[in-house]
Amino acid sequence: MGGIWVVGEVDSAGALTKLSGEAATAARALGEAGSLDVRGVIVAAEPDGAAASLATFLPVVLAVRSPETLEQTAAAVIAARVAALAAAAPEPPSYLVVGATPDGRDLAGALSALLGVGVLVGATGLAWGDAGDGVPAGPRVEMQPFGGRVVTTSAFTGDRGIILLRSNMVVAEPLAAPGRVEAGAAVEVLDVAPVRVVERVVAKSTGPSIDEARVIVSGGRGVGGPEGFAGLGELAGLLGGAVGATRAAVDAGWVDYAIQIGQTGKTVKPAVYLAFGVSGAIQHKVGMQTAETIVAVNRDPDAPIGEFADLFVVADLVAVVPALAAALRARVG
Amino acid sequence: MRIVVLMKPVPDPGEERLGADGRLDRSVSAVINGNDEYVLEAALQLVEAHGGEVTLLSMAPAGMTDPVRKALAMGAVRAVLVTDPALAGACAWSTAQVLAAALRTLEYDLVLAGADTSDGGGGVVGSAIATLLHHPYLSHAGKIEPFEGGVRVERISAVGHDVLEAALPAVVAGTQLLGEPRYPSLRGIMGARSKEIAIRTLAEIGLDDRPLGGAHATTTLLDTHAPAARGSTRVVRDLDTAAAAAAIVDFLVERRAL
Repeated sequence: MGGIWVVGEVDSAGALTKLSGEAATAARALGEAGSLDVRGVIVAAEPDGAAASLATFLPVVLAVRSPETLEQTAAAVIAARVAALAAAAPEPPSYLVVGATPDGRDLAGALSALLGVGVLVGATGLAWGDAGDGVPAGPRVEMQPFGGRVVTTSAFTGDRGIILLRSNMVVAEPLAAPGRVEAGAAVEVLDVAPVRVVERVVAKSTGPSIDEARVIVSGGRGVGGPEGFAGLGELAGLLGGAVGATRAAVDAGWVDYAIQIGQTGKTVKPAVYLAFGVSGAIQHKVGMQTAETIVAVNRDPDAPIGEFADLFVVADLVAVVPALAAALRARVG
Repeated sequence: MRIVVLMKPVPDPGEERLGADGRLDRSVSAVINGNDEYVLEAALQLVEAHGGEVTLLSMAPAGMTDPVRKALAMGAVRAVLVTDPALAGACAWSTAQVLAAALRTLEYDLVLAGADTSDGGGGVVGSAIATLLHHPYLSHAGKIEPFEGGVRVERISAVGHDVLEAALPAVVAGTQLLGEPRYPSLRGIMGARSKEIAIRTLAEIGLDDRPLGGAHATTTLLDTHAPAARGSTRVVRDLDTAAAAAAIVDFLVERRAL
């Protein structure tokens, strides 16, 4: 039987993403339970740094150098090489574990087509299961569809598949001693239809991304405008977190769509979700209700978020935000 | 420009539930998947500005035509509904194979899909279809504009956006940033009644001898259960501002979140 490959993701600065370490840790546990060999793969123009980072979690990492190209998207570059490596490997991988980011989804879809295997999207937990219930021994993948209203366990019906793991589901744990990095074997690369990258526009951004943040400070219509979001930004800075928003705040033009949480935005699961002026409509709830701790501040005592927050402070956020910032600063000293 | 919009009827968000067989209960009222409605709007605006027409392509149970009629009322000229009893319980891989095969029977310059779906998360089918058809794939689009022989897309990235270009035919997956979908006009609703919804079985798209559908799914559901209930809500009110702030700090400390 083939092993498990973790395809790591590299951020715009060339560093390994936090989610890649989580995926590696989850895959390692799966490999131990199922007695499968686990290795990492990094495909990038300069793969060595990220490969060394991934090797802190995995015994072997393949560093595959891809040409610096603006004729392909990152996902297409990686998909073509991983598929070719898998086809050329003496033992092709049984399972691939990838982070459930936009690039990870593009990659998983392409690999599904190239390798002819199924995909389980949005894993919130992984375990090894013995044969039974009509499926072979293999990964049992927990997911939380419909915004976490149900918890499901799924499996592959055969002995191959791709798993997309959501962020913040696993705590990344390095190995006692780092693994080794090997140069990926040169393989004939599959032909993928070209997409030209004409320009990369970098908007201002500081602090952790909303996908990876432990703490999210989120605002809704009640925040009142961009000035109100500046206050939430300060809170996020003090808490080492990221700012999120409801669709109403995005539609009003106060903040970018990139930080919208909910049905047509992102689904997040931070340790702490602080919601200011967020009513808690179902479209927003499905994107954040699995946060470990939810604190809501809202003037309206009947706001639906009061029904699922852990702490519901009925108060005017305009006054509470600066007071909370002052209290946090006092704690930090 | 001939555009095919891949449209998934989904249970009304918030109303989804699983049936006794563990599959999605399709008897609850169905709507157009949120992100599919944005790409449909973008498609309609593209043909209004540049000429052409919009065809809908769905894979769904035969009875699930209300969302299709709504999309026709918004302005699509026709719909193709791939429906086959064998497709119940189909996995994402099967879905991609089926939609790719159906696309091979249509004429188009551009295929648009929603970035993900509210009932399954997904977000991998568009990429798989593009790969199967060897079309360029441009995902996470916030803006779509055609140029001679090609399409330009602003793809939302982790730090801003990338401007991507590709030759046609191409597959583009779009987001809410494409703009608020229109409401069907009364005239549109009346007109939609006479528009064609072409029903296609697996045999009619040349796939009846392939291992596809529920019986050949690559993935299967083993168990479902309710999530652990959240604890009860602690409500704090009528505090002065400093006390309210202190209550939040104390709570975060109690939860070991600070």
